[in-house]
This record gives sequence, C-alpha cells and structure tokens, in this order.
Amino acid sequence: MIAYYVDLALRSLRRSPVLTGLMVLAIGLGIGASMTMITVLHVMTDDPLPGRSAHLYTPHLDPLPRDYHRGENSPDPSDNLTWPDAMGLLKAKRAVRQAAMAGGTLLARPAQDGLQPFYVGGRYATADIFALFGLRFEYGGGWSSADDAAGAHVVVLADMLARKLFGRADVVGRTAHLGELDYRVIGVVADWSPAPQFYADNTGTQYSDTDRFFLPLSVAIDKDLPVNGNQSGWGSDDKAGSGKRGAEMSWLQFWVELDTPAQVAAYRQYLVDYSVEQKALGRFERPPTDAKLYSLMGWLAHENLVPDDVQLQLWLALGFLFVCMLNIVALLLAKFLRRGGEISVRRALGARRRDIFAQLAIESALIGIAGGALGLAIAQLGLWSVRHRPDDYARLAQMDPTMLAGTFVLAVLASVLASLLPAWRACRIAPALQLKAQ
Amino acid sequence: MHLRHILRALGRHRIAAGLLVLEIAFSCAVVCNALFLIGTRLERMQRPSGVDETHLVEVGVRSVTPGTPEAVMAQTRTDLARLRALPGVSDAVVASPIPFGDSVSFSGVSLSDDAKAPSMPVAQYFGGVQLARTLGLKLASGRWFTPDEFVSYDALQGGASGVPVIISRALAQHLFPGQDAAGRTIYAFGANRVVGVVDRLVQPRDYGAAGDYRYAMMFPVDLPYSRGTYLMRVDDPARRQAVIGQALQALKADGPLRLISPRYATTLEAARAKYYVNDRAMAWLLVGVSLLLLLVTALGIVGLSSFWVGQRRRQIGIRRAIGASRRDIRTYFQAENFLIATGGIVLGMALAYGINLVLMRHYELGRLPGYYLPLGAIVLWTLGQLAVLGPALRAAAVPPVVATRST
Repeated sequence: MIAYYVDLALRSLRRSPVLTGLMVLAIGLGIGASMTMITVLHVMTDDPLPGRSAHLYTPHLDPLPRDYHRGENSPDPSDNLTWPDAMGLLKAKRAVRQAAMAGGTLLARPAQDGLQPFYVGGRYATADIFALFGLRFEYGGGWSSADDAAGAHVVVLADMLARKLFGRADVVGRTAHLGELDYRVIGVVADWSPAPQFYADNTGTQYSDTDRFFLPLSVAIDKDLPVNGNQSGWGSDDKAGSGKRGAEMSWLQFWVELDTPAQVAAYRQYLVDYSVEQKALGRFERPPTDAKLYSLMGWLAHENLVPDDVQLQLWLALGFLFVCMLNIVALLLAKFLRRGGEISVRRALGARRRDIFAQLAIESALIGIAGGALGLAIAQLGLWSVRHRPDDYARLAQMDPTMLAGTFVLAVLASVLASLLPAWRACRIAPALQLKAQ
Repeated sequence: MHLRHILRALGRHRIAAGLLVLEIAFSCAVVCNALFLIGTRLERMQRPSGVDETHLVEVGVRSVTPGTPEAVMAQTRTDLARLRALPGVSDAVVASPIPFGDSVSFSGVSLSDDAKAPSMPVAQYFGGVQLARTLGLKLASGRWFTPDEFVSYDALQGGASGVPVIISRALAQHLFPGQDAAGRTIYAFGANRVVGVVDRLVQPRDYGAAGDYRYAMMFPVDLPYSRGTYLMRVDDPARRQAVIGQALQALKADGPLRLISPRYATTLEAARAKYYVNDRAMAWLLVGVSLLLLLVTALGIVGLSSFWVGQRRRQIGIRRAIGASRRDIRTYFQAENFLIATGGIVLGMALAYGINLVLMRHYELGRLPGYYLPLGAIVLWTLGQLAVLGPALRAAAVPPVVATRST
C-alpha cells in the first residue's frame, strides 16, 4: 500500500513541478538555516569532557565586601577564588581530588637555533590536575605535592609544544625555556583541548584556547609569572603589597572531584562551614550561604558562554523556518484542494478518509525528504561560512552524525506537520458534491 | 470598488487567506525587528572614538630578553627618537591600552579618599608626553599635561600621589554634573587632580553598560615599550602602510632580541574594522535572512494567487463575457492582495512590537522606534503587489470564451 501511495505521490508531484519545487525550496531554506544555528548551539553547549564531567565540581565563595558594587557587565570577582581561599580548600582535602589553577601565556624559545620564539598558553596548577581532568601521559608523569610545596621548576608539555620546541615528543629530562626561566620537562601529555575550556577564567576565549604546558602554581606565584584572565581586586587600604597572595584579589580557578551524592552534599556543607569560619574571623562579610558548588555542566549553564548574537541568530533561523512552514501549509492546501475530483473518485471507489490522509501525508513526507537533502546542503554551506567567521567557536562548527540524521528528521517532521491541516481539509471533501459538479 | 465582493470571495478561502495573512504578518514582524537590529549595529559601528583614527598606526613590540628596567626605558627612548625621525611621522608615543586593542584596564574612581566611598570602575589610558597630540584629542577645558608631570609606571602603581589626570567630558559630566571638572580632584591612584577635560575619549573596548563607553581617563605615564604599544601619527593617510614598513625596519635596526612583526602592526582604521567585524557580519546576516524571508513570502503569494486564478478561470471568463475589462480583472486580484497584505501588516505590527518586547527583556536592546513600522508596511505592500502582478496579468489574459466551455 505504501509503495502505491509513494507512486501516486510522485506522479502528483511531477504533475506540478513548479509548485513542488517551491515547496522543496522553502523547506530546504528553512531547514538549512535552522540546522546551521542548531548545530552551532549544539557544539557550544556540548559536554566538553564526556565521561568525567559528571564527577567534576567547582566551589565558589563570596569574599566580597557587603557594599561591593559591580558594574552591569563587569565580570563577577567571586567567580574566581583568592589565593588564601584556594590554599585553604586545597589543604583541607575534603574532595577525592582537588586542584587550584590559573591560565598564563609565556614566551617559548625553541631549543633548535634559527626558530623564532613564540607565545604559548598554558596552565599554572597544583599536582592533582592531571588525574582530576583525566589527562593522558605519553611520557613521564606529573609532579607531586612535594614539588608544589617546594616550587620545583618542572613542566609538563603537551605533545604539540614538545614537538614544536624539540622536534620530537619524547623529551622527558630536557630543559624547556619558558618566559625567563628554565624548567625540567618531567612529562608529556597528549594534546588536550576540551571545548569550551570550562576550567579557565570566563573572560577569555574559551572555545579556541588550548593549554600547551602545565607548571606548578607555586612557581607562578613565587616568580610572579603573568596570569591571564580577570584579576579583580576590591581591597582599598593595602595597595602597597600583597598582590596575588592577597586576600582581596580573586584570580584562581578551583575544581574538585566528587564521586557520590553524599560526597557532594558533604562538600557543599563544608563550603558553608568554611564561610562561617571566615566570617567569624572577620574576612567574609556576606552570608555564608552564598558559597556554592557547581557541577561542570551547571557551571557552564551559569556562565552562559553562548553569545547573545548566536542565540539571536538561532531565533531568527527558527522564525524563518516557521514562515517557510506557513508558506508550505498554504501551498499544500491549494494543491490538495485542487485535487478534489481525484480524491472524490478514490473515496467513491472505497478509500477511507484515513487512506486519503495517509496518501497525502506520504506526499508531504516526500517533499520533506527532498527538502531535507537541500537543507543539508544549505546547512553545510552555512556551517562553512560560520567556520570562516572570526569568532573563537568558529572552528567547532561541524555536523556530527546525530545532527545529520536530525536534519532529515526535522525536515520530514516539519513537512508532515505542515500537511496535517491541508490533508485533514482534503479528506473531508464530500465526494458526492464533487462528483456531481463534474 | 467591489471590496465587499472581494471579502466575500476570500471568505470562501478562509484558511488559505488566513495562512497568507499570518505569513505576511510574521515576515513583517521579523523584518521590522531585523531592520531595527541592523540599524543599531550600524549605529554602534559608527560611534566616534574621539581619536583621529585616519592618521594613526600602531606597532607592538614584544620583549624576549627584557633586561633591567633602566635598559628597557633607554631602549624605548632610542626607539621613539627613531620613529619620530621617520619621514611623514609627526608624533610617536608608547601608550597602553590602545583604542580597539586587545586589553582594557580599569581603576576604581571615587570622589573622596574614604575607603568606604562609593567608587565606579573607569577605563584608563597611560601614555607619554605626546599621547594627546598623537591621538589628536580635543581639549574641552583646562590644559594638557606639562612635561614635568610625567611619572614612571612603577611610581604610579607604587602609590605616587598627586599624579594629575585628564578625563573625558562624559565622565566629567557624570562626576561633576553642571560644573567644570578642571581643577577638581578624583581618587583613583591616590588623589588625582583633574587638569583637563577632553571632548571625547572612549573605552578601548566595550565593557560594561553603554553609557560607560564614553567614560575614560588618561594618566601621564612614561611607559617602557614592553608595557605598551608604539602609536604614530602619520601626516598623510596614504603613507600609513609605508610608515609601518619603515617603522619595523627602524626598530629592527638595533636593540636586544625582540618580537617585531607585521602581525603586531596595523593602522588604527584596520583595528577598528577588525573590532567591529562581528557587528558587520551580524548586520549582513540579518540583511540576508530578511531578503530570504521576503523571497519566501513572495513565493507563497505567487503560488497561492496562481492557484486562485486557475480555480476561478470560469468565473473570470463569465465576468469578462458580461463586460468586465482586463483592467477590472487585474485590479480585482491586486485589490485582493492589498486586502490580505493589509490584514497581515496590521497583525504584523502588533507582532513586531511583541517580538521587540521579548528582545528587550533578554538582550540589551532598545524600544523599536515607531518609524520602522510604516517602513515594514511599505516593504510588505510593495512585495505583495509585485508578487501578485504575474498571476493577475495571467488572470486578465483569460479570454471571455472560457465562460461558454464547460469546465
């Protein structure tokens, strides 16, 4: 029966090629525009660390003075931690693993002569970061807490940087020149670039940044290495000194691993207790319940990294699809009603309303499939143009198989949905009246 | 006119006509808002910076082996002397940050030295003696810095008090409404006396609310090249690229190993274009989507009108046979389209207003100015008339003899 309907539908579509073409074009344009933006949104809000993300949490404290006033669009200083708080949480060891970190850009000088020095981004962190985020070592390993405490000049390089500096990846034991200091290479990790770079300060370009080296945080603070991202101070009296170690400037990110709901609840309570304690000491002024623990995906939602422009473009694309669908409803209505005679004959010969309805729905689905194919081509074109945008998420704009299948599903769904009203109207045609008029 | 007949005829095609009205309404609403968005983007891109952009070039130099602060400062003076000596260069200075650059820095500004006094973050510029002249700023009141007022960066950060400041007029009006700010004192790096007010100086990058964009201040600081960017004023804009090339050569001539590359050198105009590249892309995207939307709507009108013409061939023939002229038939379809478009536009205006309200709530966007609505209406009416012209002419061409044929 289906094959017969498909045959009927193809005949009918071929009979009015212009109208068919218009409908396919409308569906194709609408689907193409929508799928472009849905794909962009999909890659931007995707889980950056599948498998591990469910175990990762980031604690947030509120050390700001009660009367601190933040500019409307300025970054929130309490998004990051101060040095004393980060060290406090680190030493308490209340989580399975924990690490404090901050981003930095250093000048790297290749070991071979004749190569230009270049700037490279990396992370200053404490020892647990590798196990915490599940980085894979190709050679060597990370540093220990003792190295952290001693401020050892050691570095872990990403594969790509090792090759760029030394021409090969197996470089454990060699010396890397970064900034103005020398570091002993103790490990090389496989290139690792979660997108977005969820653990970085949110003022950076998180969809394109990649860490190429990892240094002990203690070195960064001892040697006052340059730190990327937002360093918000709110202190007023002690201008002269404490700087990064001060209790009135936030610049560190902190991530912990918690494996069970009980651990999560316990850590949340610990943060409140810690805030109560700090308040009692006179450091914190705001309510201890301001302390928060975000899951990885919760943190990304809180950060809302999707730019307004992208959201606006998505709504625009969906609005466009809606107009295209209205258009198709009107055209299908005209097309189906014109075939009143044919439908009446079929009804008179014994076809049930349900049969007519199914036949017309199949006809629309065919339009949807053709429109989906066109939409896919248009979406690829759209994504290609997105990849050529200067935005930092541009390179991510690729369709995965799910999105590919989704395109067709959406196209068929949209066209079948658009055919519901016209098909319903068409199968309510009274055969007797139509046949008499003929 | 036979509007009553048209309405009655449309009443027989309620659903199809309703769909067309809806489609036009939605197009009208989206196009109105898209035009408004395009307008706001263009307006944003054309905001003046107060800086004489057409005459400026920037050259960033990054140090590899900095050496002592004294050595870096000495190198900076050598560099500046070389840059000023280049033909066509009238001024050169080290500044930080630079307009449309990558960075922006703020200091909390208050009107009292009480630590608890309310303060607001204000974007700041640091630069050497020729900064104002290089940038081409215009003084509104007060005076420029005198050469003896310039301090070192470390002295400023280290709490040197009494460093004077020049602020933008918008900031002056915000801090001292209705008064002359020159001669007053603000508290940013200790106490800073306002010696001058410039007509216009804006943040190097947008940051914060729109009003803040025009709030900026500058401090007289002799920066080493490692902390800033070389800015040069070129007399003849046509020579800017040539000056960049010569400047790179001059800087490479001596000094320690440094990163000197065309990558870090550009005209300020190019920097502005790059800064607004997203706004431009968004504006073009909106133009594209609006055109596609109108195209699809027009196709819908063509399709449905053609169908109606085909369906009414017999009636048209009868009307022609009993005396209607071709013009009558054509105007009938045109009037019908006008009615449908009008319905769509009326509904579309309400919808446009609704969409604008939603956009205002979720994105920083102003209220849709009234004149976008008639603009959208005219666009849709014209579109409708153009789209219906083909089918209407075809209808007018139906010969009266059709009336005598059965089906």
